[in-house]
Amino acid sequence: MGLDIRWPIGLMFSLIGLLLTGYGMIKATDSVSLGININLIWGIVLLVFGSAMLLGAIRGSKTK
Amino acid sequence: MQPIQLQWIDYTVLISYVFFVLGIGWTLARYMKTSADFLTSARSIPTWVTGLAFISANLGALELVGMAASGAKYGIATAHFYWVGAIPAMIFLAVFMMPFYYGSKARSVPEYLKMRFDERVRALNSVAFAVMTIFASGISMNALAKLLNQLLGWNYDLALWVCSGVVLLYVLKGGLTSAIYTEVLQFFMIVLGFAPVVYLGLKDVGGWHAMNHALQGVATSTTAAAGTQYAANAWTSAWTPLLAGPAHNPMGVDLFAMVFGLGFVLSFGYWCTNFLVVQRAMAAKNMTAARNTPLVAAVPKMIFPFLVIVPGMIAMALTSLPNKGYRIPPPVIAHEHYVAAVAAVKNANPANVPDAVKAIGTALGKKISDDKITALVADNAKSKLTDAQIETGIYNSITEYDYDGVILSLVKKYCPAGLLGLALTALLASFMSGMAGNVTAFNTVWTYDLYQAYFAPGKSDKHYFWAGKVTTVAGIVLSIAAAYFASMYNNAMDIIQLVFGFVNAPLFATFLLGMFWKRTTGTGAFLGLFGGIAGSALFHAVTIASGNAPGVKGGYLAVMQSFPSEMAQNFWLAAFAFTVCLVLTLVISLATKSQKTDEELKGLVYSLTPKTVDLNLPVWQRPAFLGILLLICCVILNIIFW
Repeated sequence: MGLDIRWPIGLMFSLIGLLLTGYGMIKATDSVSLGININLIWGIVLLVFGSAMLLGAIRGSKTK
Repeated sequence: MQPIQLQWIDYTVLISYVFFVLGIGWTLARYMKTSADFLTSARSIPTWVTGLAFISANLGALELVGMAASGAKYGIATAHFYWVGAIPAMIFLAVFMMPFYYGSKARSVPEYLKMRFDERVRALNSVAFAVMTIFASGISMNALAKLLNQLLGWNYDLALWVCSGVVLLYVLKGGLTSAIYTEVLQFFMIVLGFAPVVYLGLKDVGGWHAMNHALQGVATSTTAAAGTQYAANAWTSAWTPLLAGPAHNPMGVDLFAMVFGLGFVLSFGYWCTNFLVVQRAMAAKNMTAARNTPLVAAVPKMIFPFLVIVPGMIAMALTSLPNKGYRIPPPVIAHEHYVAAVAAVKNANPANVPDAVKAIGTALGKKISDDKITALVADNAKSKLTDAQIETGIYNSITEYDYDGVILSLVKKYCPAGLLGLALTALLASFMSGMAGNVTAFNTVWTYDLYQAYFAPGKSDKHYFWAGKVTTVAGIVLSIAAAYFASMYNNAMDIIQLVFGFVNAPLFATFLLGMFWKRTTGTGAFLGLFGGIAGSALFHAVTIASGNAPGVKGGYLAVMQSFPSEMAQNFWLAAFAFTVCLVLTLVISLATKSQKTDEELKGLVYSLTPKTVDLNLPVWQRPAFLGILLLICCVILNIIFW
């Protein structure tokens, strides 16, 4: 229906991914859990997921 | 427990989520032209989206909290709620039942019942369903507001109204499509928000094997929470403890209750007849998409135990490892009880420790570990401890567990600012989309099955479109009222949920006979359903779970049968209600004349409907093939965790 759901998913997770990655880099000491900078790592994971969704949305809109 | 302090980053994540769900609502509003667009998504949504929404509508926040709690209480056997109590029913729905729901062009499950039987059956089902969805949504919103209040120190009323307001806005704008889209968003939020918590927890406990090792210690130790001694694998094997009998597994359930009660009656009753989930599949764009919806959903459902049950197991394992400094949180206790208990510790006479321990226990109002309190009193006598130190000591000596607090205590333990925002947003998201799911199911059933059928038939579509919107507002307001009701009368809520159990337990028998036996009559179905409901109420009145006093928990007429656990009582109740409904419907159907001709039942009953031919589809899109594949995977999982 009208809106391809991959747009909001992709945009939102890319945004949250960027936020966490940025926070993990700037406030590295506050982002550590069990010796891992989890904000940085998980931020990147979210960013990759969000970008993949966006890529799908872009390809979807082209084939239409 | 100290309230969690959120940082700006956490709020930013939370606000981004709210912004996106509202954005989805606003974008979809343009496409809402008819009542069908608003209430049934005009059957236009692709399979993977309906599939994820299907599973998401089921994975409410209460489920998230409850499954972690059960993971701690019962271990890996909790996965039976997934591998026994969900996957087979989902496959059955996809392969055998969806053709009737989707093919009949019914807009709701009650409408199918009207086509298949008559108005009476529809009225009974739709009224029961409408009332239940409102209370379900209210119970969940009450839990959310209470959680935000305890955890973050937010005002209860404000939290309740703001969260409901957000849901109202996006459902009002985009209708069912909005609810389905945000459910998909929520699905990814839950998976991506909780996966790091599971990872960090497993890392902390020392990996999968170390966790299992610790849980073996829990199972064999007599001081474990359950207070009983089990075989070493009671927490780590799914089937062996069950096969050994109800006394040998922490659930206290026997094999028949598990397989027939949960695996057949309860599970098929929920997955195959509950409009809340079935509605998601009915919104799919074509028959194949509708049939594949539950199959797409079955894939994450099969894997979810690792996301929602394993945290509970981690928590239980960590609690048994003293050097980890973690315990499953004790029940929430008012601060004045702590103050009184601290005073009791200070006044304790080291020469007469047993009396002191008793006094402290009374002051606190909870069970405490005598050894730990004795040590605390001795420490305090040796070197005066601060009030805060004593309070921590008391906190750690409480032997009662608040299992529902498990998941949040892990989030709090492992998530730094940032990730914390993500996990909390995921939890909030699942509460809100749970409300949206209930409200969208409610407004379809109310508008089409009650309003259009009984109050205002034959009006223009525009009229029903508006009725749908008004119903949405009414649904939210009623949910809020139900939430306040739940917050005021805990006991009344137990009774309501109990009544729902009575209503739901026999339902699958009606559907099974209706769909697969053309001789089933409307009178048979209606009276059978009533008989089943009465049967479950009666069953509940004469049975009880050990440890419960007769009353709300059962046995108020007489105690003819006692079960080792409430869970066993529930499973047996379902099995009994199903059987009563099945037999009654059968007998009454044979004694009454069918009002429907074979022609009218075409597309509604198995033997009168042309078989759906999937041969033009590639093999990997055929529901039967996918169903078998999924079933094999499910069996393999069961064997691995045998």
